[in-house]
Amino acid sequence: MPILASLVCGFVFGWGLTISGMIQPAKVLGFLDIFGIPSGAWDPSLAVVMTAGLAVTGIGYALARRRPPLFANESLWSTRKDIDHPLITGALLFGIGWGLIGLCPGPAIANLATLSGRVIAFVIAMALGMLAYDLWHSRSAILAEHGLAGGAAQAPGADG
Amino acid sequence: MANFTPVSAAIGGALIGLAAVLLMLFTGRIAGISGIFGGLINPQTDDRGWRAAFIAGLIVAPLSAVFVGYPVPMPQMPGSFVTIVAGGLLVGFGTRLGSGCTSGHGICGIARVSPRSIAATCVFMAAAIAVVALTRHVFGG
Repeated sequence: MPILASLVCGFVFGWGLTISGMIQPAKVLGFLDIFGIPSGAWDPSLAVVMTAGLAVTGIGYALARRRPPLFANESLWSTRKDIDHPLITGALLFGIGWGLIGLCPGPAIANLATLSGRVIAFVIAMALGMLAYDLWHSRSAILAEHGLAGGAAQAPGADG
Repeated sequence: MANFTPVSAAIGGALIGLAAVLLMLFTGRIAGISGIFGGLINPQTDDRGWRAAFIAGLIVAPLSAVFVGYPVPMPQMPGSFVTIVAGGLLVGFGTRLGSGCTSGHGICGIARVSPRSIAATCVFMAAAIAVVALTRHVFGG
């Protein structure tokens, strides 16, 4: 059942990306291009997508907090509150990549359906970037365990 | 604002929110795509089933849209092949280092008023806006 439920959730999410137009990187870049505001070329759609998404999620999460999940033992809410260097550096690197191409992970994966060679190349590079982080993270964790200086020794965050 | 599509944006955004809420109600998980996909491809993960199912649903959705006659445009992305690969590497590494992306931080995190997610969203939005300004208006034509 949890597998089927996840499939349905991914399906609904993908329809949301498709209907909202956020599956199209050019539309996302049209929002990020704030210099288009004076000329009227700016596309505020992404702000509407986020507002609607936040309204539904905000109300739904408030209800979800009161009960355990149907197909799991507990809800995995993140409890971290610290705004640390990895969070900010990671968000900065992600923002640069997002601004270069107009693809973030959700639309990139959904766009695999189009079999676009450029999207496939992007997703492979994204996967390699993630694996590179995992490798670097586990190496620096081992170094830190042995008392050697190393970067990120913290547990991997699970905000999203 | 000739390209502004408020109605479809609101409907689509609400569906994204609905998916996030349902995933929490069903499986107790945050609908962060970078976290779900990153966990799926990490060799040390032991819970691949639900992750693979979610990603499969995400890819099948636009296919089903085409099937029922809903237009799904081919993705238009700027830049050379090298830029595409560089962008992909930055998005992959950055979302894992920063523990989230547009969905995990931007929707799920801000919806529960997480200070980490609010900070991360401000940073990646500002960085992306700055990069688009530079590539389109300073270095671009």
